[in-house]
Amino acid sequence: MSHFLAPVFAPGFFQSEAVHIALGVGALAAIVTGVVGVFTVMRGQAFAGEAFGDIGTTGGSGAFLIGIGPLWGFVLGNLVAAAAMETVGIQRTRGRDLATGIVLGASIGLAALFLYLTTTEQSTTGATVTILFGSAFTISDSTVPLILLLSLVVLGLILTLYRPLLLATVSPEMAAARGIPVRLVGVLYLLALALAAALAAITIGSILGTALLVGPAASALRMTKRPLMAMLTAAGIGIGAMWLGIVLAYDSYEWPPTGHGWPISFFVVTLVFVLYLLSGLPERRHRRHADDARPASSTFHAVPEGQ
Amino acid sequence: MLEVRGVDVRLSSRKILDRVSFKIAPGEFTGLIGSNGAGKTTLFRVILGLQSTNAGEVLVAGRPRAARGHQQVGFVPQKFLLDPDLPLRARDLVGLGLDAHRLGVPRPSRARHALVEEILEAVDAGQFADTRVGRLSGGEQQRILIAHALIARPRLLLLDEPLANLDLRSAHEVVALLARIAREQKIAVLISAHEINPLLGVMDRIVYLAAGRAASGTTDEVVRADVLSKLYGHHVDVLNVHGRVLIVAGAGEDTDLAGHEVAFPDTEIVS
Repeated sequence: MSHFLAPVFAPGFFQSEAVHIALGVGALAAIVTGVVGVFTVMRGQAFAGEAFGDIGTTGGSGAFLIGIGPLWGFVLGNLVAAAAMETVGIQRTRGRDLATGIVLGASIGLAALFLYLTTTEQSTTGATVTILFGSAFTISDSTVPLILLLSLVVLGLILTLYRPLLLATVSPEMAAARGIPVRLVGVLYLLALALAAALAAITIGSILGTALLVGPAASALRMTKRPLMAMLTAAGIGIGAMWLGIVLAYDSYEWPPTGHGWPISFFVVTLVFVLYLLSGLPERRHRRHADDARPASSTFHAVPEGQ
Repeated sequence: MLEVRGVDVRLSSRKILDRVSFKIAPGEFTGLIGSNGAGKTTLFRVILGLQSTNAGEVLVAGRPRAARGHQQVGFVPQKFLLDPDLPLRARDLVGLGLDAHRLGVPRPSRARHALVEEILEAVDAGQFADTRVGRLSGGEQQRILIAHALIARPRLLLLDEPLANLDLRSAHEVVALLARIAREQKIAVLISAHEINPLLGVMDRIVYLAAGRAASGTTDEVVRADVLSKLYGHHVDVLNVHGRVLIVAGAGEDTDLAGHEVAFPDTEIVS
């Protein structure tokens, strides 16, 4: 096999421990973000995902500064962010975007300080790249159990909440009329989103995490009309982009400038973006026909989509 | 089936509902008529147990309503926009009506499928059951929302302005469908509207809301100049035009306004 696929898989790809971890963690992150992301897109909460990216940057860089694993920083930062969002009421009202924007700006400012202190102390720029753009090849095997645990928690939460969450997403009023505690369901979902964003951050970086959260899900929504199928599709797209990105990043050690691999996150995000564009092609043709047949229905999104 | 007794609702000292009382029997088709801001949506929220009251009580099937939600009460909310890309087929939304309050992922079963089919058939929605809900027309969406509410076999069905934004033909079809459901399945239907005319032929009973107060009875008992004038607190006229009803404010203190009103028959009341 190695002879046949030699041009694709560079020497040592399947022997490398770092590659094994990257493939495994990447797949987990892709599954979790795919499943959560479908609801993120349906609920029009891409902006909340983006906010987790910003605040996660602060958490991750803070963790680096005090010398603990960045995943802890992402998780803690995002949990604090989720609590803050719930208090500010990011889920219910629009109109709070000014306060949110200022808080996010301040949070990135803090991250700038943390990263500055870390890089001057260690005289490397590794921390900045790791936090902002991720580096799946440098995830230590001691973090893997925690990543697995977080993934299972998030998947369990979403699948348990599936029916009430779906109805609350379609119409909070209809859900409330059925006796569903809409607010509680929303908070639990926000928790799942916070953890999913942390998992995305550890693989492709905090500020690119939203791409993995929203991109595959948005493509999947165009490809299927059933929610569970959309989740599977989004997870599949995510895994495909992640693994192909890892292969290309590994190969890129041989590319100019030699000796330095290109970042995985660049490949993953680019693949996700291209697939999103492609998924829109058949749709656009379909919609033109649909518009002829019936009066135009308007799209409604409470917040702008990040991607 | 439904009894509302002396319900008062005040929001920040403003009276939204003022001693509202009425009764609906099983199988009765009742129109809840009132202009925007008359308290229709608040009244629905009270019946659903989503709005606390300052006084009064609501009995559903003879028992006080639950703290929140009610399996015996189906609800179709006011028109809301669904994203056309929502990955949810019409039949999925109907299925959620059956078990959305349960945790976990729905397990497909023959019984569940048959029940969804049956309800889709009942609201005449079989031909677009596999279309995304966000891409259906207003009238089609309304049928699906009705099916969603009906599949849990409620004994009382509440619909908040289901005819708003529908063209005349779709509105007529939805009203006919609801009247048939009330009659055949013995479900009490309470439907709110700001326009009385589309419901005139089919209503067994009317609850007329104005300024938070209600008058109820048959159409002949309620839609009269003396009853409505008392409700509004100033003089209104009820005009019959080719079997349609116009309710116009005025005569008396403000004759200019009255003349103005007749020129805009869609405007129900302007004081």
